[in-house]
Amino acid sequence: MNIRYKKQYLRSYNFRNFFNFSKCSFIHLFFSLFFIFSYTNSFAQDIDIAAGKTLFNANCAACHKLDKKMTGPALRHVEDRLLNDQGLDKQWLYAWIRNSASVIKSGDSYANKIYSEYNRAAMTAYPSLSDADIENILAYTNQEKTVPVAAATATSTTGPSNDLGLSNDIILGVFTFLFFLLAIGLFLVSNTLRNFAILNDVKLIEEEKSKPLWKAFIDNQFLMLCSAILFLLVSAYGFYGWTMQLGTNQGYMPVQPIHYSHKIHAGDNQIDCNYCHSSARVSKHSGIPSLNVCMNCHKTIYEYTGETSEEYSKAFYDDEIQKLYKAVGWDDEVQEYTGVTYPVKWIRIHNLPDFAYFNHSQHVSVAGIECQTCHGPVEEMEIMYQHSPLTMGWCINCHRETNVKVKDNEYYAKIHEELSKKYGVEQLTVAQMGGLECGKCHY
Amino acid sequence: MSNKKKYWKNLSDLSSERNPSIDGIQHREFVDKIPVDEFLGDKENLSNSSTSRRDFLKYLGFSTAAATLAACEGPIVQSIPYVVQPNEIVPGLANFYATTISNGYDFANILVKNREGRPIKIEGNTIAPFSSANARVHASILDLYDSGRLAQPIKNGLPSSWTEFDFETKRKLKEIDNSSKSIVLLTQTFASPSTNKLIDEFKNKYANVDHITYDSISESAALDAFEKRYGQRGLANYDFSSADLVVSIGADFIGDWQGGGFEDGYTKNRIPKKGKMSRHIQFESNMTLSGANADTRIPIRISEQKLVLLAIYSKLFSTNNKINLSENLQNKVDSTIKEILNSKKNAVVVSGINDVDYQGLVLQINEKIKSKAFKPNQIIKTRLGNNAKVSNLLEQMQRGKVGALIMAGVNPAYSMPNSNEFVEALDKVDLSVSFTMKNDETAAHVHYAAATSHYLESWGDAEIRHGELSLIQPVINKLFDTRQFQDQLLIWSNNNKSYYQYVKDNWKENILEDTYWDKALHDGVYSKKNSTISKSKFLRSAKYKTYYTDLNDLINKVSSTNNLYELTLYPKIGMGDGQQANNPWLQEFPDPLTRTTWDNYLTISEFDAKKLDLYLEPSTFFSESSHDADGGLNGKYAIVKLNDISIKAPVIIQPGQARGTVGLSFGYGRSKGVKDEMKTGVNGYQLYENFKTDQLVSIQVTDGKHEFACIQLHNTLMGRGEILKETSLEVFNTKDQKYWNAETVVSLNHIETPVSSPKVDLWDEFDRSIGHHFNLSIDLNACTGCGACIIACNAENNVPVVGKREIRKSRDMHWLRIDRYYSSEETFHQDDKKKDDISGLESSLTSFGELESPSENPQVAFQPIMCQHCNHAPCETVCPVAATSHGRQGQNHMAYNRCVGTRYCANNCPYKVRRFNWFLYNHNDEFDYHMNDDLGRMVLNPDVTVRSRGVMEKCSFCIQNTQAVILKAKLEGRPVAEGEFNDTCACASACSTGAMRFGDINEKESEIYKLKHDKRAYHLLDSVGTKPNVVYQVKVRNEKKV
Repeated sequence: MNIRYKKQYLRSYNFRNFFNFSKCSFIHLFFSLFFIFSYTNSFAQDIDIAAGKTLFNANCAACHKLDKKMTGPALRHVEDRLLNDQGLDKQWLYAWIRNSASVIKSGDSYANKIYSEYNRAAMTAYPSLSDADIENILAYTNQEKTVPVAAATATSTTGPSNDLGLSNDIILGVFTFLFFLLAIGLFLVSNTLRNFAILNDVKLIEEEKSKPLWKAFIDNQFLMLCSAILFLLVSAYGFYGWTMQLGTNQGYMPVQPIHYSHKIHAGDNQIDCNYCHSSARVSKHSGIPSLNVCMNCHKTIYEYTGETSEEYSKAFYDDEIQKLYKAVGWDDEVQEYTGVTYPVKWIRIHNLPDFAYFNHSQHVSVAGIECQTCHGPVEEMEIMYQHSPLTMGWCINCHRETNVKVKDNEYYAKIHEELSKKYGVEQLTVAQMGGLECGKCHY
Repeated sequence: MSNKKKYWKNLSDLSSERNPSIDGIQHREFVDKIPVDEFLGDKENLSNSSTSRRDFLKYLGFSTAAATLAACEGPIVQSIPYVVQPNEIVPGLANFYATTISNGYDFANILVKNREGRPIKIEGNTIAPFSSANARVHASILDLYDSGRLAQPIKNGLPSSWTEFDFETKRKLKEIDNSSKSIVLLTQTFASPSTNKLIDEFKNKYANVDHITYDSISESAALDAFEKRYGQRGLANYDFSSADLVVSIGADFIGDWQGGGFEDGYTKNRIPKKGKMSRHIQFESNMTLSGANADTRIPIRISEQKLVLLAIYSKLFSTNNKINLSENLQNKVDSTIKEILNSKKNAVVVSGINDVDYQGLVLQINEKIKSKAFKPNQIIKTRLGNNAKVSNLLEQMQRGKVGALIMAGVNPAYSMPNSNEFVEALDKVDLSVSFTMKNDETAAHVHYAAATSHYLESWGDAEIRHGELSLIQPVINKLFDTRQFQDQLLIWSNNNKSYYQYVKDNWKENILEDTYWDKALHDGVYSKKNSTISKSKFLRSAKYKTYYTDLNDLINKVSSTNNLYELTLYPKIGMGDGQQANNPWLQEFPDPLTRTTWDNYLTISEFDAKKLDLYLEPSTFFSESSHDADGGLNGKYAIVKLNDISIKAPVIIQPGQARGTVGLSFGYGRSKGVKDEMKTGVNGYQLYENFKTDQLVSIQVTDGKHEFACIQLHNTLMGRGEILKETSLEVFNTKDQKYWNAETVVSLNHIETPVSSPKVDLWDEFDRSIGHHFNLSIDLNACTGCGACIIACNAENNVPVVGKREIRKSRDMHWLRIDRYYSSEETFHQDDKKKDDISGLESSLTSFGELESPSENPQVAFQPIMCQHCNHAPCETVCPVAATSHGRQGQNHMAYNRCVGTRYCANNCPYKVRRFNWFLYNHNDEFDYHMNDDLGRMVLNPDVTVRSRGVMEKCSFCIQNTQAVILKAKLEGRPVAEGEFNDTCACASACSTGAMRFGDINEKESEIYKLKHDKRAYHLLDSVGTKPNVVYQVKVRNEKKV
């Protein structure tokens, strides 16, 4: 069974940060120096490449990559290739970029060949690009590939919070060990001193043997009774608390068939939750996006370029993207769907019981509640887990505390006016609106 | 002193002569020997085993502990999204598709509710002309998920493939085509223009093709009469909404008479408007729904029915033939004729007499009186079967002249009266193919059983009435490797088109005039403009002038019956022609009149039952007879004999059954293609000789006691008219509301105070004037008792099926029941009077005893009852865990997860509407119905909890739908539109007669507000002070003395 529970324990962040601080600042210093150095280097070579990169990303990147065939061909050294292989000069390229359709129409053989090779998908015309712009773009495409270096730096330039857990533990271990040694040392010293004293006939002051505390405690019947009752009460309370969390699965964090990182998507890239979970706005289910939604972006995003860590390396993430391709049946080489699909069997995390009716659209669209209110800091979750207990008490508390969002909703106009007058309040809570009635959620 | 006392357990123990057998038993703990050796097996082997007792216990302990630990982990739920999600599907939102059912017996325009690609419920298509879906249509969705469906074609009883099927049948057809033998298509009534065109093309492709339409319950007599008179085959339409007087002679037009679907029009004119409503006189033998709804019902034999019709004809046409009727009947016929003459063109006469001549008379009578309701120009095409051709086919088969018999939508091996002959004759056919969904009686005897698709998986069209066209579209991908009949015809005709393309092309070319295909498909229906000619033109063009009836001849033919009984075969509302016999909803559907489930039976009058010794005395404290101690109804068995056919059927006493007549329903007694649980009842088709529903039979009592599963055991109101208030039209028009719909008053300090007054209330009133407040109005005048609401409720609310055994223990789970009451005297008013006149102990003992038994020709009333959602609910106050509570919107909530099953609420409910889950009805082999298999569970509504064992459940006013409407309004940021709530309740939405109306009474303009404050409105058992949110409308009968 490929599943594991991982409880999110409260961590003493202050304590950890103390250790992080010294190390982080050092690493930061080192790498910022490194970066400044390398940047000055590149600026010295060609001043237009940066502008070219910006232009490339803005205009071309949707269909072209430097080293990989996509909707359009790979563009690294395109200028040289055209000149060497086809004998086509820059003027041809200008004409093509500014209006490819007319080049094709003119009967140019290479233009037509390319056009039919790439599924007769016409390239958008860019008449607004100046010669200088195109020069800059071409300069950018003429850069040499620098893959291994980039990967190495990427690995070592990880964020401070990610991979220091292990070294923290080691430091802690070392400290514990040192304390232990110190304790042994002190004990030995004390023993030695005592032996010295005995040898030197120094009279050690013997403490008067009084009744030990524990014995006194046991002898006091009343105190015993009280503490027994206290003990029972505390354990009963503890037991009750323990039973209450049974089956709530808070913190449930199963291993998913594809390691989908909400942190990268919702956090780093700030994709709106509703982009993928679109039915949350209109339906009771938030919906797990169908794989064609993933492919809206992942048709062009075939590799991971963000921050990585030891556990989650670039290779790891790229592998996960490959899993998506396999599931949806996308052949990345020929940029085509094969038609062979393997639907992803996600493990469902938030399981409400059958007898509780919950509707996302009521909360998301009508009430305008942030997804994070219930699902927690999803944008920080590398692995998705159940943030809230999802118990009835938890629902009810929120319904008691939250005001109904009545602004600009004609439905509430009459009922809110009448009810708020009746209860003598400005703003009605969900509970006052009837949100605690059994039949609103149980039917 | 020694004790000489002897203790003994039985007589032989006491007797001095020792009985050796007793001695032996006395010294043993168990009477029978315990098979220890058998259980432990080979003793030697056991003792040589290396596992000692201690080891065994260790293993046991370890495995128990391991299993316990392993069980601690929660279940893993998988969510599998689409790879490419279709645009129209949003998980959690329902889609509706318009389609049409046309299974040869039921025809209706429907909407299918789809959730995540699964059809889960059927509703009437309200923009369509045939939107009234009956109980069977509502239940047909479950046939789609029938686990007994054929998953692939069957060849000689073994699974085969379509490739093999195509190859072999094509070759065979070619052979037959070259021989002198004929190819016969024996099909249901399709009423489909495209299928007709296709069959014509098939006829062109193969020589000697014959297409025979076969209706298992034939309307051939009416069709023949219509054809003779008007020159084309079809049935006349009747618009009962324009009739002030309906005279029916043996026609159950609220049931399935001539294809059914007339109840909407009928009820439109049954609700008193401006002091007027229609009047309905019914002459009949069996007690039918129509008879139960009639203002005047005259129970007579079928032979007498014929004479009555002849008498009416003779009077209207002044032929002055001599017709012998009993004096009593003659008087009633005379006054009926007088009423017809008074109403003239506002009257209509219909008849169910299964004879072409009498059907001809009916057409002539309606022409003569120029009946407005009679519309022969609107030809109904839902029954086109031809008895003569079917009989001829059998003959041809026996003579070996039929080369290929291709059947579609029919099951002659079950439904033919002489099915044995048919099965034998099948052997003489070279190629027999049956297109069927099940491995039914016919499929078992043919060469190829072609697995066909359910209508919800098929394409097609239907012309239910001339010029009114409907489309059939699939609402789910085929569940199995099935093929619809029309697709096969295309393949046999070497046409490469799919039937979808064929229908589409046909519609574009020949049908659609002023609209687009997509629009027609969206609507599901299309009316051809100017296709129906006017009635006068139609009558002028008809060739009836050559048609003549010899009345004297007919009078002489009406035979006297001596000792024989006149049997009327009829279709039950819940089962129809029997093709849906494997549908547990329909099996458990209580018959509106006998309230019996899971059975058919011989209905007989009490008089005849006593005469024939078929009567069980009422049970007393000392003896169980007609009822068991738990209330279960028992019946005797009778042998019904027709010529040399005899069948043994259980007998039920039917009040209102004419003396000398008996009734038996079709549709039961299936033997193949249904689960064992569904093999209920006896096959009425065996007595369907010559396709005549009236037969002369002899009846004899036989041994045995039959156990019925009735959900209502008490038949009468016992004079408690305040439960089901009714009045006559005369009183309704002339007297004050206080006279016929008085509110109960109670004594407060010796002052009569209305029970609705807050002064006499146990509870404080809660202000419900803010927000929504739901009410349901039930018009007892418009409710015909058809029961479509029951099945709709089952489908909407995941109501489980519990089976015959549990129903017999009164553990039925239906959230909605339709109580049926018979009057004990001639009318309910006389019952009330009798009860009021009781004084003293003696009189009360006898009178109450008498009031228990229904009259021989009782008045009948139906009353749908579901949770009344009392504002002051008795159930809520007694629940120890507050599992049932009241919502501000007027609904009485039931939190299943909170319920601990004390059943206090059910005991404290004055309406007895709460249902207890005695068992787990899903995933339980003991209840092997649809909820026990994955396929059947696909019908479940995902918005409603499937209840588990040990909890109480009841009607929720479909709160899932009212909430959905509210949410929709909130999402769109608007107030709820007027009347938007009306169809949220499954029952109200299914009620095609408009008897049930649901809505928000805080909307002052709404229909429900007006209904609640109508002068006919009353609350059930208002004396209890529960203040229900269900309001009934007093039943008004148009009583005139006949």
